[in-house]
Formats: sequence, structure tokens, C-alpha cells
Amino acid sequence: MQPESVSATQIEYDVQTEQMLLSMGPQHPSTHGVLRLALRTDGEVVLAAMPHIGYLHRCAEKIGEKLTVRQFVPYTDRLDYLAAMNMNLGWALTVEKLLGIEVSEKTMHLRVLVCELDRIASHLVGTCALGLDLGSFTPFMWCFREREKILNLFEALCGARMLYNYVVPGGVMAEPPRGWLEQCRQFLDQFQPVIEDLHVVLTTNDVFIRRTAGIGVLSPQTAISYGCTGPVLRATGVCWDLRRHGEPIYTRMYDDYQFHIAAQTDGRYPQHGRQPPVPGSAVLGDSWHRFYVRLLEIGESAAVVRQAIDKYSRLKGAPSGPIPMRTKLPQAAAYLETEAPKGQLGFLIIGDGSAVPWRVRIRSPSFCNLSAVEEMCRGCLLADVPAIVGSLDIVLGEIDR
Amino acid sequence: MADHLANWFHPSLDWLAYTIAGAAGAALLLVVALMVAAVSMWLERKISARIQDRLGPTRVGGRYGWLQPLADGLKVLGKEDIIPAQADKLLFRAAPYLAYAAAFCTYMVLPFSGRWVALPLDSAVFMFLAVASLEVPAIILAGYASGSKYSLFGAMREAAQVVSYEIPLALCVVIPVMLAGTLSLSEIAEQQRGWLTSWLVFRNPFVCGAFFVFGICALAHTNRAPFDLPEAESELVAGFMTEYSGFRWVVFFMAEYAAMFAICGLGAILFLGGWNGPIPLTDLLGLRYDAGPLAGWLGDALGAINFIFKCFLGITCMIWMRWTLPRLRIDQVMSLCLKYCIPLATLMLAGCMLWQYAMPGGVVHTVGNAGHSHSPVAECTQHRPHAQRRLSNPLSGPGAPENSSLRQQPRLLLEATSVLLRGN
Amino acid sequence: MPMPANEPALLDMLKEQFAAAIQEADLSATDPWIQVAAEHLPAVAAFVRDHPQWRMEMLNCITGVDYWRDETTTANVDWQPHIELLYHLSSLARRSRLMLKVVLPRWKEGQVGQLPEVPTVSHIWRTAEWHEREVFDLVGVQFVGHPDLRRILCAEDWVGHPLRKDYQPPAEYRGIPIA
Repeated sequence: MQPESVSATQIEYDVQTEQMLLSMGPQHPSTHGVLRLALRTDGEVVLAAMPHIGYLHRCAEKIGEKLTVRQFVPYTDRLDYLAAMNMNLGWALTVEKLLGIEVSEKTMHLRVLVCELDRIASHLVGTCALGLDLGSFTPFMWCFREREKILNLFEALCGARMLYNYVVPGGVMAEPPRGWLEQCRQFLDQFQPVIEDLHVVLTTNDVFIRRTAGIGVLSPQTAISYGCTGPVLRATGVCWDLRRHGEPIYTRMYDDYQFHIAAQTDGRYPQHGRQPPVPGSAVLGDSWHRFYVRLLEIGESAAVVRQAIDKYSRLKGAPSGPIPMRTKLPQAAAYLETEAPKGQLGFLIIGDGSAVPWRVRIRSPSFCNLSAVEEMCRGCLLADVPAIVGSLDIVLGEIDR
Repeated sequence: MADHLANWFHPSLDWLAYTIAGAAGAALLLVVALMVAAVSMWLERKISARIQDRLGPTRVGGRYGWLQPLADGLKVLGKEDIIPAQADKLLFRAAPYLAYAAAFCTYMVLPFSGRWVALPLDSAVFMFLAVASLEVPAIILAGYASGSKYSLFGAMREAAQVVSYEIPLALCVVIPVMLAGTLSLSEIAEQQRGWLTSWLVFRNPFVCGAFFVFGICALAHTNRAPFDLPEAESELVAGFMTEYSGFRWVVFFMAEYAAMFAICGLGAILFLGGWNGPIPLTDLLGLRYDAGPLAGWLGDALGAINFIFKCFLGITCMIWMRWTLPRLRIDQVMSLCLKYCIPLATLMLAGCMLWQYAMPGGVVHTVGNAGHSHSPVAECTQHRPHAQRRLSNPLSGPGAPENSSLRQQPRLLLEATSVLLRGN
Repeated sequence: MPMPANEPALLDMLKEQFAAAIQEADLSATDPWIQVAAEHLPAVAAFVRDHPQWRMEMLNCITGVDYWRDETTTANVDWQPHIELLYHLSSLARRSRLMLKVVLPRWKEGQVGQLPEVPTVSHIWRTAEWHEREVFDLVGVQFVGHPDLRRILCAEDWVGHPLRKDYQPPAEYRGIPIA
């Protein structure tokens, strides 16, 4: 080995031993479901990580070819079951784009309200699961306590706690019950201190920073090339959020809302000053930033929900209801991406003139985000693999479809 | 106890007397160790629940779920006992018991109170450290014998971590030993009799620092978070325990709690006055053996309560840490040991020596007995008729040479320093 | 606001560059699209990714669609059987979208069982690596030049391509009956 050509990391790990193939998953506590990572390791150093997926493949696209667009809504729930409202919304908007339907303003505000609440719920799981992957169990329980409150709200809204079937093509399934908006407001009022707690036990915790800062660094170019979207892309410093940069049918829902895109541009986050500072050891695009972006987005979403409550309650009338069950689709195609909590969720519907789509395609954000894991895990330590996979916040239901 | 028993037997049956006494002592200690494990488990569940804004066990055994550990134990006993086909059956079976034995044997020399100690060894500290580190081979055995890669990873981490942390741990232990001038745990605790200020941790700032380092090393030594890498569940599933189930798993689990209690006990004796409370109640109330056996017994009982309370205080801190901090990475664990703990411990040791030289007998004592002691060495050697007597104990034989040489070391160093400083 | 890349000049430029490769196009549709000849796909893809007036840095999705019909088809469709590959691209810099369309025969040279072939774009966008594997797995398209073309969602020894419209699920898989 030429001493001058050896980098610092190589010197640290220059004791080469026999390589070992370690199968992490599909039954493993920190692969977030049934992901399997085949790791080629040299001692504790991971030389290569090969993801194997498909253990949760439930043929969602094939099922979509057998059902009408209304019937398929519950199946979208089961894609990203931690953010089912956003999955419903993506599908509903795609169908509306295909059929050329416009929903009422009141419906839009209600959709924004539930989807942003759902984003909070999803990010709560995403952030605390990273803590759990690093051995910090307590914030996990705190986040789940808050998530339970959101699920209770959703239960009051549509009867389901996880798989809502609520946002449907044409509108929503039901009006919120009396007093529900007030409950939402109460939830938000008590919610802010929880974020502060998370900042204390995780964001600014020295051990947490040591475990995540500079780990799994993704450059903006690599992230875009891999199709990484959502918080994973924003953590690399790319200011890109479909709620602002998407197609009109989606962005017009958010036109009246004030919120910042949580991405570090010009060396600072827009929430700068109100949130804990970025530690010196953190590199843009590392696990720490991905975690931080999610926490910031929770705060932004909470602000959006507040605005949505006001806007919704100011309007008269009822939100619009779903389209008929067997609405015929035109012989055309519509592709739409929306900003789900995990990233850009795309649906493609190709109609053939009947009520049942000829082809349904689901562009899953976690699928693309996960594909970058091979690149990110190369040369890291075994203990960094959960820190990287956890920071991607994947949901296997959506990856395997 | 054995000597009392031997009086009742014919001299030719001495061996029987000693065996019976040994068995009785071991049984008693085992009960203590099991109780400790059960209480620690309950504490862990309850404290973690409170930290996480939950209630924890509330049903089994009344409102506070006192009997939850028992229920857990019964449940786990009902689990299927699986030995993987790849495993080395004999070693796989033996490993948990070896681990438990290592943790449990330390109780042998752990004085719960003045006279409540199973084996009052002169080299108790040495024996404690030697036996406690026997847990490493047991865990390596478990990892190797399981025939699973995760177990092997856990075992290798355990080996790297515990062996490394033994160095700063031993360095921290040497400091009270040096101050007390003895390796006998009973004797070290006895010297801290009196008010709170006589506890070694308050002797000088270096001991206080050493106690801090000791706390970190104790966490690492018992594989508690943030040093729980050998069983890091998010990376290694359960590390060396991955393939264990049912009773054998419980044994590992109890070994962990037993070791926690033991290391907290060591810390309590070396730094926190052992069984001596902050207020010398036993002295104030006259609960000593010279006031009669009952008074002496009561004094011992009070001391044991004190000691156990201190141990559980330590365990509570460990539980608190575990449910607060994320886990470190193996390289961070090692660098913490090599870059911070060892230099700090060495510094504390050196500082302590110099302090002892500057203020023989400690600040308080120096002020109080100014004209009395000329050098710390003199004080050390004067002070231990008790320990001298025990040297005749055959069981302390192998420990004795190390014992005396260890005792010599600070003395030699100090004398050398004093010669240098005085310039003659 | 997203602006579809609908300036006719862009299309002319593309046609100039790849005369025969651009088969059809509609840049004024809601989802602007260009149909590209299969063999020229990588060249066009690299061009639209790198050209400053396109800058399609991101490949969002690859979809394979099986347009199939035979006597049993109930749908009232008028297409000839073929397979379409849809490449949804987007430009973050220009906030525009584009769809590349490639039309393939259902079977290579009309021989049933021979997968149609298309050159890979996985060296242009890394996203394509997994998406092409998925299309290969579920729709049955051979991506020539792909570094690691394996099944991704179905089991490695699975037979057939489930999203083909004439796919018949096997009766059993490794002795496990499939209902």
C-alpha cells in the first residue's frame, strides 16, 4: 500500500480481515419493515450494501387495473400507511386531472388541513424512528404519543386511525364533526413544546450529532440523479417542494398559505434563529440534516394547519363529495406528482374509455430514496447503516407496492 | 460464620463445617442477587415508563406492579428453548451460566455492611476486578457458540469494549486503594466512617474526578447504554443474545443486572462511604458490637440498608442514562476510552498522589490532626491492624503479593517524589 | 409555477439534432411528450438532460404499458398491440416537465417469449437503474446495457411478467399453491 495515496479513513481501517456477508433483514429491528440489506463487511466496515426489496409486494398496480378509480382509493392507503391521507390526495388529484374536475375551495382547505396533519404524523414517526435506530427509545415514545393524538383526530373525522379512505376523487368522504376544528387547534397549541423536547434529546444531543453528522452524505447532484425527493433532497440544500413547484392542480391548493420550504440555501435555513443552530460537524446532505429538515417541516406544517383551520371555517357550505363509483375514464393518460411526506409521489392513470383504468403506475418516493442507499453506505461502519437507512424514512409498503 | 460453625463440629469435620457455611452463604447471596435483579428490572420498567410519559407496570402485584418481574420471569420460562442447529451445543448452554457466575461471584467479596461480607478478603478489590472481567469470555463464548454473525459481532464488540475499559476502571479503583492503603473493601469502607466529608469522593477534587470517570467506565463495563453496543438492537438485533431464548436469555439478563449492582456497590464502597451514611447514625446511636450483639446487628442492618440504597441510586442513574442517550458507535466508544478516560484517570491518579503529598490525610484531617501525621505513608501503615490480621487467611494467599506490591507502589512513588522535592 | 417545455423552437432544435429519432411530439399538451425511436433513446436522453434549454436533471419514473388486445379483450380500444415505455422527466432548474415515449413491439421480432429490447438510460439517470429493473420484472422489457438487470419485486425465479395483460399466474410457486 502506498502511504501517500491512502486517505485518512483508510489508515484508520487499514487492518484488512476476511470479508463477511451479513444479511440485514428482512427480519431486523431497524430496517423499517421488510427491507433486506445484504452487507459485505470487513470487520465493522461496510464495503457494500445491496438492498433487496419486494417482500411486501402486493401487486398494487395490477390491482389498479381491475378496480374503478374510486375503488382503488383504499389501496392507496396501504402504500405509505404512515401518511395515508397524502396517498389518498395524490390519487384523487390524479383522477381529477384526468377527468378535468375541480373541487370547491372549501374542499381544498379541508384537504390541506388533513394532509398537513398527516405530514406531521408521518414526520413524527420518521424523526423518532431515526432516534430509535440510534438507540434512543424515549423520543420514540414521545412522538408516538403525539401521533396518537393526530390519529384520534382522524378517527373522529373518518372512523379510521391509519387507512383513512377519506380524500377521494371529487372531494372528501365526510364533513368534519362538530367541534373537530377546535380539537385540531387544541392539539397544535400543546404540540409546540414537544418539538422543543425533541430538539433537546436529539437535535442538539452530542451523542446524536456524533452519530448522524457527516454520515451518509448525499450531494445534490447525486440526490437528483437518483431521483431522491422530499426531505432527502431538501436536506442536500435544494429548495424544491412540489407544494410550491408542482403542477397547478396541486399548487393552487397551497397558493394562499404562508410557509417556508425547509431547505438550507445560502448557508442558512429559513427558520434560522427560531430553531437550534446547525452543529459545526454537520455536512449538508447528511443524516443530521435529513432529520433536521423533517423537524422543521413539522413546524411549517403545524403553521399551515392553523391557517387551514381559519380558512376552512371562514367559508360557507359543505365540502364536495366523491365522484360516482363507476365514473368512466377518457381514453387518455394523466400523470401527477404531489409532495408526500416521504417525497414526490406520482400516479399515472391511463384510461381506455371504461370505468377501470387500463394501467395504473405508482411512482414511489421511498423507492427512489432507497436506491441511493447503496451509494451512501459504501465504506461506512456497520452502526452507521441504521443511521443512514433511518434518516431516509422509508416505508416498505410504498417501495414494494 | 465458618469459624463459628467449625466450633460446633469435631475438628476432623472441619471440611464439612466449611462446606455447609459456604453453601449457606452462597444461597443467601444468590437470594440477594436474584432480588436485586428483580428490583432492578422493576425499577428499569417503572423509571423508563415515567421518562417516556407512560405508566409502566400497574397490574401485577398491586398498583405499582411490584410483581411484574416475577410475571415476566414466569412468562419467559414458558418460552420455547431454542438451540440453533449451527450452534456449538455445549458452549451455547454453558455461556449464560458462566456470565451469571462471573457477575455473581463478585458478591462474594462485596461487603454489605461491617460484618456482612461472605469472604472478607484482604485483596477484595483485586479479586472483584479479576472475577468481574470473567464475563467477557462468557459473552465471547455465547457469541461464538451461537453460530450467528450478529452474535459474533456482539461478542467481538464486547471483547474490545470491556477489555479496553478495564484499564481506566482499574486506574480509578487504584485511587481509593491508594488513599486507604488497603485492597480490602471492608477496610476501605471502614475508613470512611463518620460524616459525609469523610467519604473518599470528597477527599480531594481528583478523587471526585476519578469517581466521574469510574461512573463512565462502570457503564461501559456493564454494557449499559450509551455503551450497549454488544447488544445494540438496531444494528445487531440483540448482539450476543440474538439466538438465546427462554431461561438462558433470562440468565443473561439477570447477569447484566447483577453486574450493575455489583459495580455500583464497588463504586459505593470505594467512593461513597460504603455502608456509612452521610450522618454516622450507627455511631451516634451506639449501634456497635461493643454495645452488645443486637446493637451490632442493628448497626450492620442499618449499614446494609445504606449500602443497598446507594447501589440502587447508582442503578437508577444508569437507567436514567440509558433512556436518555442514543448509543455511541464502536469507534467512538473506543476513542472515548483511549483518548479521554485513560488520560483522565491517569491524571487523577497522579494528581491524587501529589495532593496526598501536599495534604497528608486529606484537607479535613490535616487541619484536625496537624501535628499528628507526618507523612501519608505513616498514616497508611499505622491504620490497619484489622487488615494485617487477615493476611493469615489462606484464601487471600494468591492475592497477597500483588496486594503488598500495590500498597508499596504509592509509597515508593511518594517517597521518591518527596526526596526529589526536598532535594536530599 | 411549472412551465411545460412548450416552445416550438425547442422541438425544432431536437428534430434538427436527431432527425429520424423524433417520431412524434406534442409539447403543448398538459403533459408534454416526445416519442423517440428506441435505438436513439440514450442520445436524446443525454441531450435533454444536459442541454441548457432542457436541463431535465431528474428522471421521475419509468412506466411500461402493455397495449394488448385479442379476441377476448372487452375494452373498447382501437390500438395495435405494442408496449410503450414512458419516461417522466422534470427539470428543477427550469421547473418544467417532459415525457419521453418509446414504442416497442410486444415481443422481439414477433417471437413470443423474446423480450423487446431498448437501450438503458441508467448511466444517464441513476434512478433508471431500479426503475428499469422493475419494468423488466413486471412488464418484460430487456434493457440493453443495464449493469444489473435482475428482478426486483418478484422472486428471482419467478416466471412471466405480471403486468403484461396476457399474463397467467402460475398455479403454484415452489410447491406453494397460488390462489
